[in-house]
Formats: sequence, C-alpha cells, structure tokens
Amino acid sequence: MLETLEDAGISFLWHPALSQETGAEVRDLLTQIETGAIVLDVLCVEGSIVRGPLGTGRYHMLAGTGRSMLDWVQSLARKAQFVVAVGTCAAYGGVTSAGENPSDAIGLQYDGAHAGGALDAVFRSVGGMPVINVAGCPTHPDWVTETLLLLAAGALDAGQLDDFGRPRFYADHLVHHACPKNEFYEYKASANALSQAGCLMEHLGCVGTQAVGDCNIRTWNGDGSCTRAGYPCINCTAPEFEEPGHAFAETPKFAGIPIGLPSDMPKAWFMALASLSKAATPHRIATNAVADRVQVPPTIKKPKS
Amino acid sequence: MTDTRLIVGPFNRVEGDLEIRLDVSDGAVQAAYTNSPLFRGFERILVGKAPEDALTITPRICGICSISQSVAAARALADVAGVAPTPAAEKAAAMLHAVENLADHVTHFNLFFMPDFARPAYTSHPWHADAVARFLAAKGSAIHAAIEARAGLLHIVGLLAGKWPHTLAIQPGGMTRAMTARDKVRIASDLRRFRRYLERNLFGAPLEAFASLSSINELEGWRTGDVGFFLMLASELGLDISGRGAARYLSFGAYPTNEGPLFKRGIWQNGERRDLDSSEIYEDLSRAWMLGESRHPSSGVTVPDELMREDAYSWCKAPRIDGHGFETGALSRQIMDGHPLALALAGEGGVRARIVGRFLETARTQILLERLLSEIDPSGPFMQSVDLPYQGMGEGLVEAARGALGHWVQIRNGVIENYQIIAPTTWNFSPRDSAGTPGPLEAALVGANVKEGEETPISVQHIVRSFDPCMVCTVH
Repeated sequence: MLETLEDAGISFLWHPALSQETGAEVRDLLTQIETGAIVLDVLCVEGSIVRGPLGTGRYHMLAGTGRSMLDWVQSLARKAQFVVAVGTCAAYGGVTSAGENPSDAIGLQYDGAHAGGALDAVFRSVGGMPVINVAGCPTHPDWVTETLLLLAAGALDAGQLDDFGRPRFYADHLVHHACPKNEFYEYKASANALSQAGCLMEHLGCVGTQAVGDCNIRTWNGDGSCTRAGYPCINCTAPEFEEPGHAFAETPKFAGIPIGLPSDMPKAWFMALASLSKAATPHRIATNAVADRVQVPPTIKKPKS
Repeated sequence: MTDTRLIVGPFNRVEGDLEIRLDVSDGAVQAAYTNSPLFRGFERILVGKAPEDALTITPRICGICSISQSVAAARALADVAGVAPTPAAEKAAAMLHAVENLADHVTHFNLFFMPDFARPAYTSHPWHADAVARFLAAKGSAIHAAIEARAGLLHIVGLLAGKWPHTLAIQPGGMTRAMTARDKVRIASDLRRFRRYLERNLFGAPLEAFASLSSINELEGWRTGDVGFFLMLASELGLDISGRGAARYLSFGAYPTNEGPLFKRGIWQNGERRDLDSSEIYEDLSRAWMLGESRHPSSGVTVPDELMREDAYSWCKAPRIDGHGFETGALSRQIMDGHPLALALAGEGGVRARIVGRFLETARTQILLERLLSEIDPSGPFMQSVDLPYQGMGEGLVEAARGALGHWVQIRNGVIENYQIIAPTTWNFSPRDSAGTPGPLEAALVGANVKEGEETPISVQHIVRSFDPCMVCTVH
C-alpha cells in the first residue's frame, strides 16, 4: 500500500496513524498550509463533521488547537487542490447522524442526500472539483487508493463522479453484480433466516440490486463481501443508509411484496418475472436456498460418447 | 524549568482524538488532564431502534475494534434472550475476535509505538540508525512487513465474515455463514503464514519460547527479533520505571465460551486477584461534560452538557469500582489469566510492562487461534434461531485488544430503550472523579520527564502510546 502511493508520487503531509509528527509539529504544519507556505494537493477527511453543541462545533475540537474540526475543515478545504471525503460519514453524515443525531453531524458537502454540508453546495476546490465522496461504511481501501492514483494522474474530473459525488469507477456497478447468490435471485429462492444460503432480498433486507459498489466484483479482505458471508447489503455507500425506516436485516413489504425494486426494473415486469420464476424454481435451488450448506449438488451431465 | 502548562495535541498514532494538558515544574509532569475532545453520542443514536440494529450500528463506533463491538452487542442481545451461540459458532466468533485483537497488537507495536524511537531526539544513541531503518514512520522495513502480514491475517475475517471492519456475520445465535472443511484448510494456511511472520520478525524465535518465559530475569535475557530490540531500548531508557500505574487491573475475560472465557475474568488489587462482580461498576460524571449522577451502566444515561461547564474537561465518563480507577488491556488480561511473566510484571506496571503484556498475548493468541481452529467441527450448525423478548435487560462483556468492553441494553416494547457502553480506553483515559482521583493515564503521567524546551515531551508520548488508546471508542 505504502509503495503503491509512493510509486505514484504521492506522499503524506500528515496522516493520523502513519506520520511521525505529533502535537506542536502538526500545529506548525497546519499553520504553514493556512499561510500558503506549504501547498496542499489533497485534503482527505474521515468522519462526519459535527456542528453541535448549539452550532459551535465544539463536540469535536482538533486537539491542541482550540479550534473546532468544522472550522479547520472549512479553512483547509479552501487551500486544497482537491477535497476527498473518505467514508460515508465524511461524505453524507452517515451513522453518526442516525437517530436523533446527537452531535448534529453532517457530511463535507452533503447533509444526508441534500447538497450542502460543512461546505456549501457550490463549493469547488482550487482544482475546480466538488468534494469527491469515496462513500462506503467502511469504504473499500482500494476505492481510496485508486481515487488518489487517479487524482495524481490527472484522470479524475467532475464527469467521473456520479450524482452523489462518488467516483464512477466503483459507483457504476451494483453490489448485485457477481453476487454468488445470483442463481437464487433469478428464481426468487429466498433465505428465510440468516445463515441460509438463499437470496436475502425478499425477507432479510438485502438491497444489493439497488446499492452502488463493486463489492462482489473486487471483493474484500481476500474473498469476502457482505452477501458472500450471508448477511444483507444495507446500501452503505448511499446517503441516509443509516435510517432505512425498518430494521436493517428485514425487508419492508406491502401485501407480502417487497417494497424496494431492483434498479431500472419496471414494477409490473418485476412482478411478472418474479411470479413466473418462483413457480419455475428447480428442486435443487429451492432446497439449497433454505439450508446452510449445499444439500443438492448440480446434476452432472456426462459427455456424449 | 518551573510551572509551565503544556497542551499536547493533536496526538497521532493513537486511534482517534486526544488532547493532554500537563502541569510541569522542575523538569517533570506534576499533574495531567486527559481530554477526549470528540462526542458523537452512539448510545443516544440507538434509542428507539430495533434491538437487532445494535449489531449494525455499534461496530461502526470504531474501525479497529469493530469485531469487539460486534461481539459485545451480540452477547448483550443473547443475554436478553437467555441463549448462547451454537458451540461451533462460538469458537468461530472467538477466532474472528482473536484475529482482530492480534492484528491490533501488531499494528500498535510497529505503526503506533515504535516510530517514536526513530525521532531526531534520539540521534545520539548508537541504536538510532537501526530504529530508523526498522521503524521510521511510514518508511521503516518493520512497518511495511507488519502492514502486509496484517492484511494477510485479516483474510480470515474476509472469508468467514465478509469484510473487516463492520461485519454483520456475528449474531446472538451464531454466525451467518457456516464453515466448511475447505475454509478450515484456508484459514490454517493464513495462520501458518502469520506465525512465520511473528517468528521471523517480531520474536526471532518460536512463539512457544516467549510464551514460556516466567520471570523478569528470563525476559531481560531475550535478545532476538524486534522484541529483543525493544527490550534493549527499554533497559537503556528506563522504560520499566517510566509511566508506572497504580497496579490495579481489570479484565472481563476474553473469548466467552460455555466453559467460561478462554482468558480469565477478574480484578487485581493490592497484589492479588479477586472475582469481578460487574454490578460494582459505576460511571462518575463529575469532571465529564455529562449531566446526571453516578450510575451503574444498566441504568446509566448519556446527556451531554451543551454548555461545557468550566470544571469539566472531557467527554469521557469516569468508570470506577469502589472509588478506584482500573487499568485494562493485554497486561491486565494476562495477569488475570495467571501467566507467570505477567504476574511478575504486575507490580512494575509501566511502559515496558504494557508492551511486554502485548508481546505475551500476541504469542499466546496465535497459539490459541491454532487450537480453536482445530477444535471447530465444520459439519456442526453455526446458527440457532433466537427470539428476542419484547422487554428485558442484557449485558455483553468482552475483551477488545485494548481491554474490557461492556454493552448494557434495555429493551422495552420491542425497541431499545437504553444502551450504555463502557470501552477500554474509557477506563484507561478517564478524567478525574468527584473525589479528584485521576484516571489511570493521568496518574501514570505524573513524574514523566520533560526536557527544557520540549513542547510535546517524548516521555509523555511513550507513556500515552504504551496504553494503545482507542479514543473513538472512548466516548463513542
């Protein structure tokens, strides 16, 4: 990871986990960025920006500086060529803004799905870009690395971002793509409970057919992904995913039919296809969908001799 | 040097936000005040949610202790329902949790703690060139090796739990994915690779050799690997007597099973171990920007003081037992488990003891992981259904890398009515209480050496980082 960035000519001015500098050394560095003595190419921000209590931002002070993180981010963003929000909290407010939102948390340039956050909706960094939202909870480490590599190569412009400011190299995919449960999905052969192998859309809250992300294409920590491990996609790359309006692992239904439809699918067609495919579900798929391991293997066809 | 006040921050190579105020005179810290300067209010966010949503929300408190939060939430809900995960799932969850703790220990030593010895302040020492080559921040060879080894180890979490952090695989009744024999051999291979890394780099010898050390004398004879390098630094810089605590330790017991935790639970005070009764715990709010009275977490409240009153200085509450703060973490766990080397270090209780506690636990956890894996029956059920009652109380006590983590949940009318969390660093970095008793770090910093002209004293940095604080969990 460190070599990948170094090879692309990217070096850290300061990183909270990796840098040597602490305390007074960091304060000096920040002062020099504010005065323009040091050029800031990319400002990366993790975590939502909190405005509480009472609009002061004092729920999050940058230690040692007597200034709120809200104030620092607004100041440094104006100096940066590019501003990157790392993770859904920094992008839109995220889980920190759930429930009663006790800290009055928002994202860098969004408040949930609404444009305008700690920076206003028309903010553009020195390089002419809105905030780049590498959303995900967690975000994929490669989404961050590749965003930085694209910026370093001069290959990321506003046209490469989707409507919520997410880089399209991962946001043009759906979590559904390459999901190993796709054969179950085709027949709406559904798991009734967690740890069953079937599709998680009908009963267990999965919104992988609507959520953006290449999670099942590039996978996580080796071979992983949420659906590969048997739990639903909860759309963590999206603004306001933290408040789905129902329990995360339950599918809201109307008259027994799931409310959320796959992206780009007309409702009538979905209903027709779903009832047809459900009726046509092969025994193997119906059986395996409600088991925790494969009970019925695929029939092996012998070559014609 | 007399009567200076230093504000140290931003404090990096700790997880999250930390500011420390130091009163300094005669070249030493006279008093320290620990401030956790970020409040988010996760306990409040959970109120009114479906109880199962705690499994999605609480892991997101933290990007490095995420599985610990996940296991604590699952255990608290299981406690409400009066169930436990299936035996195979219990071992699999313990394995995932141990992997996270092991990864955190290796990250702490290489990325957070050791880079301070590569600082220019130590240029005149004969070992400085070696410290730079191995541990210069973001550059040293040991740092590169640790990042790579850790990424490989976390493939175990990818395989069984989808991703790290923020898995939803760990449930009150078990795991969302049943293991197979193929998973077992893959994990065994990941574990062998990690053992090779530990034995080549960190210990420079078989893990069993380090795990069988039983006295400080034997410890000081250890020469190999980065462990040997640290022990040499420790003896040259007096890290054994630096940052000494009050020798009061606490552990909730790591990796719960139906036969009890795999590392034992208990309290250490006045040189001896006793059983821990979790009902003795209370959180004092007098110097925290929190409103309300001292309470046991099962009925605790989180109401931030929006006016940030003058006599308080942190968003962190002060957990206490019988008026005392307790230190928690790897050293505490190993003391409570009765390991002879840890017991020998209990009275020392300074920077060296905390770091060695982590070495000891690293070696023992790798061995434990190999045993757990061999014991898992991949044909067994990994989930049983759990019906959460409409009302009830539950407690989930686990051990994160940094120490004791507790979740207390109250369910009423089918939703969460109250949720309280005490994280490890809430114990370690607590502010003063109503009696003025400082928290463990505040006490350990008294007497730390401050050189003329130092704005961010190096001795203070060693002491703070020896605790491996996780500030994002502290206030949550």
